[in-house]
Amino acid sequence: MSAHDHAVDGQLPHEPEKATLQARNNILGFWLFLGAETVLFGTLFAAFLALRHNIGDGPSANELFKLPMVFAATMILLTSSLTSVFAVQALHLHKKKAMVGWLIVTILLGLSFLGLEIYEFFEYVHEGHKFTTSAFSSSFYTLVGFHGAHVAFGVVWISLVIGQVLKKGLTVVTAPKVYISAIYWHFIDVVWVFIFTVVYLMGKVG
Amino acid sequence: MSAHAHGHTVKRYRGLMDWLTTVDHKKIGILYMIAGLFFFLIGGLEAIIIRVQLMKPMNDVVAGDTFNELITMHGTTMIFLAAMPLLFALMNAVIPLQIGARDVAFPFLNSLGFWTFFFGGLLLNLSWFAGTVPDAGWTSYVPLAGPTFNSGHGVDYYVIGLQIAGIGTLLGGINFMATIINMRAPGLTFMRLPMFTWTIFITSALIVFAFPALTVGLVAIMFDRLFHANFFEVANGGSGVLWEHIFWVFGHPEVYILILPAFGIISEVVSTFSRKRLFGYSSMVFATVLIAFLGFMVWAHHMFTTGLGPVANGLFSIATMLIAVPTGVKIFNWLFTLWGGSIRFTTANLFGIGFIPTFVMGGVTGVMLASAPADYQYHDTYFVVAHFHYVIVGGLIFGIFAGLHYWWPKMFGRMLNETIGKITFWTFFIGFHMTFFVQHFLGLLGMPRRVYTYLEGQGFDNMNFISTIGAFLMGVGTIAFLLNIFITWAKPRNAAADAWEDGRSLEWTIPSPPPEYNFQQVPLVRGYDAWWKEKMEGNTAMTPAEPIGSIHMPSPSILPLIMSLGLFIAGFGFMYDRLIVAGAGLVITLGCMVIRSLVDDHGYHIEPEDQEKGVKA
Repeated sequence: MSAHDHAVDGQLPHEPEKATLQARNNILGFWLFLGAETVLFGTLFAAFLALRHNIGDGPSANELFKLPMVFAATMILLTSSLTSVFAVQALHLHKKKAMVGWLIVTILLGLSFLGLEIYEFFEYVHEGHKFTTSAFSSSFYTLVGFHGAHVAFGVVWISLVIGQVLKKGLTVVTAPKVYISAIYWHFIDVVWVFIFTVVYLMGKVG
Repeated sequence: MSAHAHGHTVKRYRGLMDWLTTVDHKKIGILYMIAGLFFFLIGGLEAIIIRVQLMKPMNDVVAGDTFNELITMHGTTMIFLAAMPLLFALMNAVIPLQIGARDVAFPFLNSLGFWTFFFGGLLLNLSWFAGTVPDAGWTSYVPLAGPTFNSGHGVDYYVIGLQIAGIGTLLGGINFMATIINMRAPGLTFMRLPMFTWTIFITSALIVFAFPALTVGLVAIMFDRLFHANFFEVANGGSGVLWEHIFWVFGHPEVYILILPAFGIISEVVSTFSRKRLFGYSSMVFATVLIAFLGFMVWAHHMFTTGLGPVANGLFSIATMLIAVPTGVKIFNWLFTLWGGSIRFTTANLFGIGFIPTFVMGGVTGVMLASAPADYQYHDTYFVVAHFHYVIVGGLIFGIFAGLHYWWPKMFGRMLNETIGKITFWTFFIGFHMTFFVQHFLGLLGMPRRVYTYLEGQGFDNMNFISTIGAFLMGVGTIAFLLNIFITWAKPRNAAADAWEDGRSLEWTIPSPPPEYNFQQVPLVRGYDAWWKEKMEGNTAMTPAEPIGSIHMPSPSILPLIMSLGLFIAGFGFMYDRLIVAGAGLVITLGCMVIRSLVDDHGYHIEPEDQEKGVKA
């Protein structure tokens, strides 16, 4: 089934993101990719857990982390996951304007999260917690930085998707892109939940 | 060849540009094969030099540090740049045909996977020209590979080369999983899949869940070396054992990534040339899944002497021995497939039959090594070298040779010469056992691996000499194979669709080589061994599952090559501390990703009247 078959009657199917075989392939392939990403972050977590007490001359996690700010960042990112769900719901109702609106809110929340994270990293470096300070600091910046890079990538990606939806409209080609970028966004949200627990909360108590 | 779609005109290329832009799985398979054989020759040449150096005691053909470079590059090249691509060659050439599909799920990614592998391998091997070659072993253990004890650029080539090549492998794994799940012909349920397709499915799953661990390990060691991180720098709190864990969490599944496809090839070849249904098909599937599952549970058997303690060693020891059970199931299934069959001893089947006892020997030494207390004796000796060459060469490479001889007519439309094929088999088979059988005893006598020479009078001399002669014989076998390729090239393209006449699965129902759309009409599958079943019922063709119609094809693209080139440039930028170059490389790659995202690929259609003309791949 090609994209043309659907353009004829001008009517989108109920789940436009799954209308073509290529779209179903893309969604399945993307889930498999997220399986690989899970192992990637799992290994980063393992490395961090193995090294997190080896702080050398640098500050410890307990001295360093300020939970209120990290909690604010967590809430911002969790909310952005919710707004991306609203975007996908709007997609199913074929409400293009609402969908783009929720995607923009998602991006803005993502950007505020990144802003807080960059501010946080500057603070830590200021307090003597540099990338090269200790095994703890290297593994911390690598794990949290990998996540931050994923958020940044997601922001750019969703922006590009918005651009395409505005230019080409909501079609069986653009709908899967919205849907897949939303899955990705949830995934980096879940990873953050683990980072908040394993890195920050355990850092405060352990 | 006309390419008029509904309003979309797609530029078709010819000659070199066709190969650089192709997204056709059959052509990508051929590219993988050419590149894989090229790296196989490089790795083989390195092996020959290693064996010449060890031919007699206190030999001085190469110096000690060159020897370290040779063993590192031999191992790395053979595993990542020869064995893996040759497997990818066969899976690209065969899997879509076996499942009745017109292409893989992601043709563009398929091409991207090839080019990242190619440029990663190129980067790694350019280290020979840069004069700083990786020399910390293929396992690249720290601190030996860390910045403190290895300050040159050698290990950087290893880290960045493998990182880029690894992207390609991961993409391939995702692609083939999605392809096998979503693109099967009507009626082709999972328990009717040909065995090769099953093993590729499981291998792809292993790739998806094992390679990211290597990615992280390589990132960590790269950060240590280039940006002064402390993952493995013990003075700053890093841990060398962490690298061992990360490497083998990837590395052990990797050996099953390599061997499972060989199991699949042997199953196809033995069944075809015994003219019998594969014995115990469902147990074969179950054994494959079980081996893959257990394969993730045994990584620390590479680390028995690291000092993890008796509990850890005991558990990993038992888990490792368990793998012998499903593997034994497979061995007996092959034997029972042969039993009572009317066997044809073609070259492919000789490699298949030669595989069975050889792999059993590698398996037996594997169980011996799995015993942790005994491993303290074997560890880091030639016994280990003999073991893993028995499973990788005697298992995987025999499997690849069997597969190449078996599917060659399907890939190229020409039958390889059987006489030369038999010379290839016997020289390679005898040479292999000569080279590696004696190494078991060298190891038991105490000859350590990875040393560049030895003193005379320790009982090593004769066996090392025999081993080197065997290596030459394997070289002769390889040259015979290359010769066979060149001779076959000059022959007419006249292979039949069912080239061996006893074909069982769907790839033998379409012309050799297949048209670029593979199946004019997607076939209806009515059982396991779909084509054999039809033939036994007196049918001369598969029942089509769809009417003849316009076939949609993906457009060729140069972007995968440019994206990989960007990573290649960025790799050099990082290595030599030219961040502008690194940034430029990444901009090229990311820019191509943006272009790919923004410009929709509508592809083109091949209309029925053009299909009748027989559009050849």
